[in-house]
Amino acid sequence: MLIAAGLAILVTMVMATIRGLMGPTIYDRILAMNMFGTKTVLFVAVVAYLYERPDFLDLALAYALINFIGVLAVLQFFQNRQARQATRIPQAVPAAGNNKNEASS
Amino acid sequence: MMGLIIEWLSWLLLAAGGFFVLVGGVGVMRMPDLYTRIHAASVTETLGTMLILVGLMLHSGWELATFKLLAILVFLLFTGPVSSYALGNTALLGGLKPELGAQDASKEGCEP
Repeated sequence: MLIAAGLAILVTMVMATIRGLMGPTIYDRILAMNMFGTKTVLFVAVVAYLYERPDFLDLALAYALINFIGVLAVLQFFQNRQARQATRIPQAVPAAGNNKNEASS
Repeated sequence: MMGLIIEWLSWLLLAAGGFFVLVGGVGVMRMPDLYTRIHAASVTETLGTMLILVGLMLHSGWELATFKLLAILVFLLFTGPVSSYALGNTALLGGLKPELGAQDASKEGCEP
């Protein structure tokens, strides 16, 4: 039954990889990466009992920590990039906006 | 007798966890929108994780490894919804509209 659970997790990892490769937006790829990381944690935990070496659980715990921090860092990067682009566009737009306001007033 | 029941219960939990993980993977493959995909993936991250790790806990018995599994379970249960929320929040702030949902939103359509 450990083998069946491990195979199900492996198939899910393949599906997450396919979604990450053909995802239309960046966020789909981030979602696939996050899912792949979580499934890796589960797979390491299952493999630790499949080979009867429970020391692998430390690796799973460390991987869970690194995965969470990595996903949050990537999301923070994209949010900062959107904020920078949003502040860059109004520098060009206010000229048009002011002209419209002057024309209307 | 008790050990046999615990072993059967562990098998049952592992099988259910593998099934839900597989269903979540199919959902991530086939759902039409990012937000519905987040739904499918986060179901996998909480329910599948819980079932598989509790099954492994019952399989391992009363040892140090049980507490390591418990630590992994608690950490994943806290961080999975947080990362799902952060992903949905970033996508919504980034201007990605939900494809399904309110009717006026579906009339506007979803432009990438």
